[in-house]
Amino acid sequence: MGASNAQDREHSLDRLLLVREIEEFLYYEAELLDTRRYEEWLTLLTEDIRYWMPIARNVEYGQQAEREYTRELHDVSWIDEGKHTLSQRVGQISTGIHWAEEPLSRTSHMVSNVDLITVTGDEVTVKCRFLIYRNRQETETDFFVGKREDTLRKVDGQWKIARRKVMLDQNVLLAKNLTILF
Amino acid sequence: MAKTRGYAGELVDTSNGIISREIFVNHDIYQQEQEQIFTRTWQFVGHESQVPNPGDYFLSLVGEESVILSRDKLGKLHVLLNSCRHRGMRVCRYDEGNTSDFLCPYHGWSYASDGKLTGVPFYKQSYEGVLDRTKWGLIEAPQMTNYKGSVWVCWDPKAPGFLDYMGGMITYLDGLLDYQDGREAGAVVVAGVQKWVLPCNWKFPSENFMGDMYHAVSHTSVEKVGIGPGGPGQFRQGVDLGRSRDGITSFPELGHGARGLPPGPIDYYPFPTFKAAQGPLDNMPVVEEYFQHIHEERKKRFNGRPSTLVGGHIFPNTSYHALFPRTIAVWHPTGPSTTEGWRWLFVDKDAPTEVKDLARHHFMRYSGPAGLTEQDDMENWAYAHTASTGILARRHPYNFQLGLGATHPVEGVDGAVVTEATHSEENARTFYGRWAQLMDAKSWDDIPSNGPSRGTGSKRSKSNGSV
Repeated sequence: MGASNAQDREHSLDRLLLVREIEEFLYYEAELLDTRRYEEWLTLLTEDIRYWMPIARNVEYGQQAEREYTRELHDVSWIDEGKHTLSQRVGQISTGIHWAEEPLSRTSHMVSNVDLITVTGDEVTVKCRFLIYRNRQETETDFFVGKREDTLRKVDGQWKIARRKVMLDQNVLLAKNLTILF
Repeated sequence: MAKTRGYAGELVDTSNGIISREIFVNHDIYQQEQEQIFTRTWQFVGHESQVPNPGDYFLSLVGEESVILSRDKLGKLHVLLNSCRHRGMRVCRYDEGNTSDFLCPYHGWSYASDGKLTGVPFYKQSYEGVLDRTKWGLIEAPQMTNYKGSVWVCWDPKAPGFLDYMGGMITYLDGLLDYQDGREAGAVVVAGVQKWVLPCNWKFPSENFMGDMYHAVSHTSVEKVGIGPGGPGQFRQGVDLGRSRDGITSFPELGHGARGLPPGPIDYYPFPTFKAAQGPLDNMPVVEEYFQHIHEERKKRFNGRPSTLVGGHIFPNTSYHALFPRTIAVWHPTGPSTTEGWRWLFVDKDAPTEVKDLARHHFMRYSGPAGLTEQDDMENWAYAHTASTGILARRHPYNFQLGLGATHPVEGVDGAVVTEATHSEENARTFYGRWAQLMDAKSWDDIPSNGPSRGTGSKRSKSNGSV
């Protein structure tokens, strides 16, 4: 085996290990959410996180790139916020009288198609698909399916979420609320 | 078998505050509502700022029906039923856009942006002399008005014109549609209309928006975390928790209701104080200064008697909030047990970016499916509905007796009565009273309160702005 082949192989292994590390992080995050460890989940977010879930619109062919999704920081989206409001969401659930989550929903977050897009310094951007099943009370059931684009940043040796874009594959939201975290 | 006649005083007994559960859950009554409520009354379809240019369109709903709000090539607004006259296919399948014509994907009939039928395949060979194209345009709403930019339609040509239909309630709606300092017609829509499915009858959210003051327990959790623009210690909409609420204004003959008192002298600061930024992008000093200025301007403009910027509900299914948040919501019926909610956010056209940003952030954390406040409302509406569908539950009516008989007429606002007590279900009684009246009446001719002063259509409606 030549030197350059060995180098390529080492590079591929590094990348594989990084992908695996990111996957483990995303699965760990899903585990925290599905076991309702919301306070711990908050510690996975950077202080400057942008958490954004645009609304998907039906648009003419050719306008998808420009107009299909509402714009971050300009338009009304489902959610477009930072850590403060996310902490309030968690705080509200913890009151025990947030009726939309009392009793708590049962959720399972499935994360797949993990695709490392860029690696720059201490940040990576990663795309994935999500399928979240929610069941609450007796028969109330929702499926949330879509795509996520995350920017993860290494802070003091730990991965944290610095940016999350959640693209839900729905136009009219088919659930009565978005009390769950994506 | 459910009754489909005899609502007032029977299924809906507003004088005693007793209303049957049947009207929320019964399928026959729901079908009758489609005929007698939704084809006869005025409903909000959108705002002209959503269709600023010739050819612009916005796809909306009226009750269960898809409609196109379209600005034709001459700049005139139309509201058209989104269904091809040939075989019914939807001719517009985008949420919004710009087009010179609506082409039916089924057989290719095409319609201009004013609804006229312009193209029919095989016209020369097979239709000439048979099909009169002038009679087969898209169905246009017989009454439409552009009131300060807000576009409303009514499918009944005999219904009162918009301003007669609104009566004194228009003063309250003005609070939303005017600039917040009181100049006329300055509200514009922020792009992005939230649409979602609620598992309850459309009357639950409608009633809730008329008299929101009697369910503090719904919202204790959101008050605890302090999502208001002023942060913890203020109501979720802003203003101090210690301040007493305003009371309510009802329009018994019209079915509308507002949360707040009529315009009057004002001895307190009615806006939030913008103390606590909720995110790194919130620039509170700029927003604070803006609303201080608004307050002074309103006092001057309204001679010391400004109207309060409050929320309310316009019969049958248009709700609004006029300050924080500043939105219109329409509760479209999609069945006795399901509703599709649509929500538009408004800001002053010339407000500083910081003010628009804060309004947007606060709206998203307050309203709609991701809103910390309304999530709890929807839980209550959904499970109140579910628990009212059983045969046993239906035997027992709901109670609407809170504050019964505590109203008095008010000077200066046409047709209004006021309840100064913080807690009253007068607005709900008002809403269901009007509902029962329309359900009993064969047509608008049978409705006495609209007799003498009733308009004969949109000609009577002295709306502002061109259509």
